[in-house]
Amino acid sequence: MSVLAVIRGDSLNFPLFLHVLGAMILVGGLLAGVAALATARGSERLLRLGYWSLLAVSLPGWVLMRIGAQWIATKEHWDDVPDELIPTWLTIGFVIADLGGLILLLSLILGGVGVYRMRQGKGAALLKITLVLAFIALAAYVVAVWAMSGKPD
Amino acid sequence: MPRVSFDDWTLALHVLAAFSYVAGVTLFWVLIVAVRRIDTPEGTLRLNGVARVGGAAVGIGAGGTIVFGIWLAFSVGNYDIWDAWILIALVLWFVAAAVGRRTGEAYLEGPKRAQELEAAGQTGPNAELLAINRTQRGLQLHVLSTIIVLLILIDMIWKPWA
Repeated sequence: MSVLAVIRGDSLNFPLFLHVLGAMILVGGLLAGVAALATARGSERLLRLGYWSLLAVSLPGWVLMRIGAQWIATKEHWDDVPDELIPTWLTIGFVIADLGGLILLLSLILGGVGVYRMRQGKGAALLKITLVLAFIALAAYVVAVWAMSGKPD
Repeated sequence: MPRVSFDDWTLALHVLAAFSYVAGVTLFWVLIVAVRRIDTPEGTLRLNGVARVGGAAVGIGAGGTIVFGIWLAFSVGNYDIWDAWILIALVLWFVAAAVGRRTGEAYLEGPKRAQELEAAGQTGPNAELLAINRTQRGLQLHVLSTIIVLLILIDMIWKPWA
């Protein structure tokens, strides 16, 4: 690991800090959202709390994580490296980051409609789909964290 | 199946534990913001399920980071347990654990009072419960916890005096 620290220039520390901090906030928001939505049992307050955790915590976390990732990729010139030379862990990280972002976005759109419909007294079915999508995103990001830190060949 | 060495598995578990820890701290921020507007016993107790998830995340995270972190300090050749950045992390971890325990105690007052009120048949809004849920001491301790956790992250990335 210290070999990596030596290889990793000091100029990468701040972008890496943003990347990791953003990812941690993203995972925290997803965990809070999933926990609130899963334990709501019809409670409007908890359903709203779950949705707002995704919107106000996970989404900014995702943006911060992605900015940090792109900053590092640009500094390290990963965009110029041929696909076949890009390490597996980096591919896994990028694919899951972006795919997870799409899933999060979809869950936010459906959840937003779900919260609106709930206010109109039309039930909270869409928020159940939001819960499932948020859970999938959370599980995917756990795999991404494993890949980015374990660095499989 | 991608190949991962034993040390890399340990590092991955250490980092996953750190994510669990910070995810728990983040979840508690969500709860702290939410509970500040809750003045009923039922509303307060409703958050127990989410709080349990947060408690588990912090517990698994705290345990995992220290166990796998110490293992890595001994196992990885270029690191020693007495390296300054590792000692700093250990000290911060113990301080974070102590502050986190006190934060938990401060925020458990709300559910405890909510249970008493419910048992007494008082289910409506209660100003005293709202004041307990808005504990300033708990908030200050959680701010402190968050700062310490951020310092650990900074220490892990910058590795001062490594």
